[in-house]
Amino acid sequence: MGNQYPKRGDLSRDASSRGGESEDSSGVSRREFLKISGASAAAPLLAGSLLAGSLAGESLVSESLVCGSTILAAGEVVPVYGPGPLPMEFSINGKEYKANLEPRVTLLDALRDQFDLTGAKRVCDRGECGACTVLVDNRTVYACSLLAIEAQGRQILTVESLMQRSALHPIQQAFVDHDASQCGFCTPGFVVACKAVLDKNPKPTVDDIRRGLSGNFCRCGTYHGIQQAMAQLALTQKT
Amino acid sequence: MKSFEYASPTSTEQAVSLLAREWGQAEILAGGTDLLALMKDDIVAPRRLVNIKGITHLEGVSADARGLRIGALTRLSDLAGHAEIQRGYPALAEALIESASPQIRNMATLGGNLCQRPRCWYFRNGFGLLPEDETGKELIAQGENRYHAILGNDGPAKFVSPSTIVPALIAYGATLKLESPKGRRELPLEEFYRIPTTEAEREHNLQPYELVTEVSLPPAKYASAAHYEIRHRQAFDWPLAVAAVVLRMNGRHVQSARIVMGQVAPVPWLAQEAAQALTGKIVSAETAKLAAAAAVRNAKPLSQNAFKVRLARVAVERAILKAASGGTA
Repeated sequence: MGNQYPKRGDLSRDASSRGGESEDSSGVSRREFLKISGASAAAPLLAGSLLAGSLAGESLVSESLVCGSTILAAGEVVPVYGPGPLPMEFSINGKEYKANLEPRVTLLDALRDQFDLTGAKRVCDRGECGACTVLVDNRTVYACSLLAIEAQGRQILTVESLMQRSALHPIQQAFVDHDASQCGFCTPGFVVACKAVLDKNPKPTVDDIRRGLSGNFCRCGTYHGIQQAMAQLALTQKT
Repeated sequence: MKSFEYASPTSTEQAVSLLAREWGQAEILAGGTDLLALMKDDIVAPRRLVNIKGITHLEGVSADARGLRIGALTRLSDLAGHAEIQRGYPALAEALIESASPQIRNMATLGGNLCQRPRCWYFRNGFGLLPEDETGKELIAQGENRYHAILGNDGPAKFVSPSTIVPALIAYGATLKLESPKGRRELPLEEFYRIPTTEAEREHNLQPYELVTEVSLPPAKYASAAHYEIRHRQAFDWPLAVAAVVLRMNGRHVQSARIVMGQVAPVPWLAQEAAQALTGKIVSAETAKLAAAAAVRNAKPLSQNAFKVRLARVAVERAILKAASGGTA
């Protein structure tokens, strides 16, 4: 496996290739390589014994359940999913996506690892930094803190939805104009959070902007540029 | 995150019968903003998650002459923007809008906020709620305790109750409704919290098979209320001290007061001494100062957090003055 590891030069070329997938000498892209190595490192999932359906039952632990099983709860049949993978369907950026996922997979990991929608970033993975901000039913959420299984049947919009063909969205253009990005890891989350602020109020005050973006962190300190970008957008947006 | 099975019941009866008799087996999933982080860090590793968001009647706010009833699944952003709360319970509205971040408020539910686990960094790093070393010596008393308790910390519990919304709810006299296979119960919100004395206990008296279904607030028409936080950052940070004050006035005199401190004790701290000090008085800079001093008279800071005594005192003093001068609105 060692010879599959991308060489340093390949990684830097990949990083500068505007999100395109570069291939190293072995013909495996960085993302494909990560998928392969991730799959082989994953431990086989053992179906352990699970809980009894009812508290009234004497035993806490019953026979193991398989995917798609049901359980009798308060006299009614309730479906129980997992712990193994089950088919799920999502509406993301207006398109339908399908995958077999375990219930423990977060929306963020589904977006990035299953659907190659890598705009939302996995930084803290604990709902503290905002880099994974996406819109679910028009509200900003941290995709790392929502299980994919719960995101089914809801309208998910990621930063990838903003560009129209090759044209940047006005928010993205304003970020460029005001140098509002440095390392860029927080940027997609900020752009989505900015969209939510402007959708709610096209003419936000400085305080509205600060409060609206308070769930996103930038460790490079591009806050001033982001404020400037938002100020420009507030001037040019039609109410 | 350990794997688990997932059920999505549509009634409270189904939900509670899917829970277990002991902690550690099953967890209730509402907004998930705390639970998923705990699961990623292996602080809890349930074998079943019971998602209650399909129980739609647990979401929403209703108001009538008896006051306000808030379903446990109501999201914090919906509560913060609710006209009845902004008009009738401004200290609560302020506590809500100051809490967490827009994204968290869009996800987190009121019931989840009440049941969130403490943010103590020993607890979050797997040392337990009442951490001790191999010899049984308490770790926090002489450890990294600058954000820990200054009141109610005589026993092994040194963490602080995390919710910044609960002090305002208790100050307004909130009651809590719970449901389990054994039936329903209702209790004043302050009685939901307790200071654990063994690692087997949690910081509230929720049973492992019990569900928080509703919070109700009595009418607050004639109350003057305020919420005051002292924090490092203006947003998305845990305050160092919180005070919520609800005054019922008789002319210029305080007829009764409820003063609740947050981030100072393992439970939301009802400052009875401060309320007594204020009762029958006209609120002034002097009486507010005396009441605030009474609130922290029994404080016993740990090795690193004596500064919190002053912050808590100032939070109470300013909250009293803010309430008396027209409140948060």
